[in-house]
Amino acid sequence: MPTVRVTVTLKPSLLDSAGRTVAGALSKLGFDEVRDVRIGKVIRLEVERYDEQRVHAMCRQLLANPVIEDYRIEVEP
Amino acid sequence: MRVAVVRFPGSNCDQDALHSLRDDLGIPADYVWHEDRDLSGFDAVFLPGGFSYGDYLRCGAIASHAPILDEVRRFAAEGRPVLGVCNGFQILCEAGLLPGALLRNLSEKFVCKSVRLLARNASSLWTAGVPQRPIAIPIAHGEGRYLCDEDTRRRLWDEGRVAFVYVDEQGRATPEANPNGSVDNIAGILNETGNVLGMMPHPERATNPLLGGTDGRTILSALSALGV
Repeated sequence: MPTVRVTVTLKPSLLDSAGRTVAGALSKLGFDEVRDVRIGKVIRLEVERYDEQRVHAMCRQLLANPVIEDYRIEVEP
Repeated sequence: MRVAVVRFPGSNCDQDALHSLRDDLGIPADYVWHEDRDLSGFDAVFLPGGFSYGDYLRCGAIASHAPILDEVRRFAAEGRPVLGVCNGFQILCEAGLLPGALLRNLSEKFVCKSVRLLARNASSLWTAGVPQRPIAIPIAHGEGRYLCDEDTRRRLWDEGRVAFVYVDEQGRATPEANPNGSVDNIAGILNETGNVLGMMPHPERATNPLLGGTDGRTILSALSALGV
């Protein structure tokens, strides 16, 4: 059964307050090479058949909010 | 006027809303389950705060597809009063009944305190009775940073649809008075026809002197002003 991986991230123009907090914590741990952290989510879908247009529809209707988020669709090998 | 207080799995301000409307304001109100599909017999809708569906995916995202939302959309389109408070505001945005979205507070902290609001619209059914001075209303949220694109922001102001902004004691919308990083200190907005109001602060928690204030009445009494 195909597995589809949808990665949802905050639009690059928006301030990711959680990412900023994590960046600060990494810096305190000595990882001072970290310039920016962006946090997103990964949604794995097991589907009976893969239809890219239907996955786009899932993203538009529910999985991502187009006002604030971008998404990327990948089919896992 | 009879108000439907919609309960979703995870709503937790539903009892506050019902009690406030019925007992403090004398407005008939009843619960409606999110799977109901019929709001006949009701005149207005109150979407209460909480964590509908555990806030999974995004706040309000799953609730915005609940069966009752078809009726909420009908009410909105017919010009009937619809109010979304806190999680209810998030649901209205996710449902597309209000523009924009609510993100995590800039501070990354859940903020629970009384804030001051200034009404920036004096004519909508929701705001006509609100005095032109700062009113004290509690907030309690972790994701209340209102955000929208630049075109929407300009339209909200141009069309008088910014219902409330966070202000200081003097009524100034300063960065210090902004509890969550919302654009332009926006605390609540109206739809194009002014009958749908979404706001992060909780007017239903400020309708009884025992709870520290009654400024919430100036908003919710709009419902009684419309007639029982």
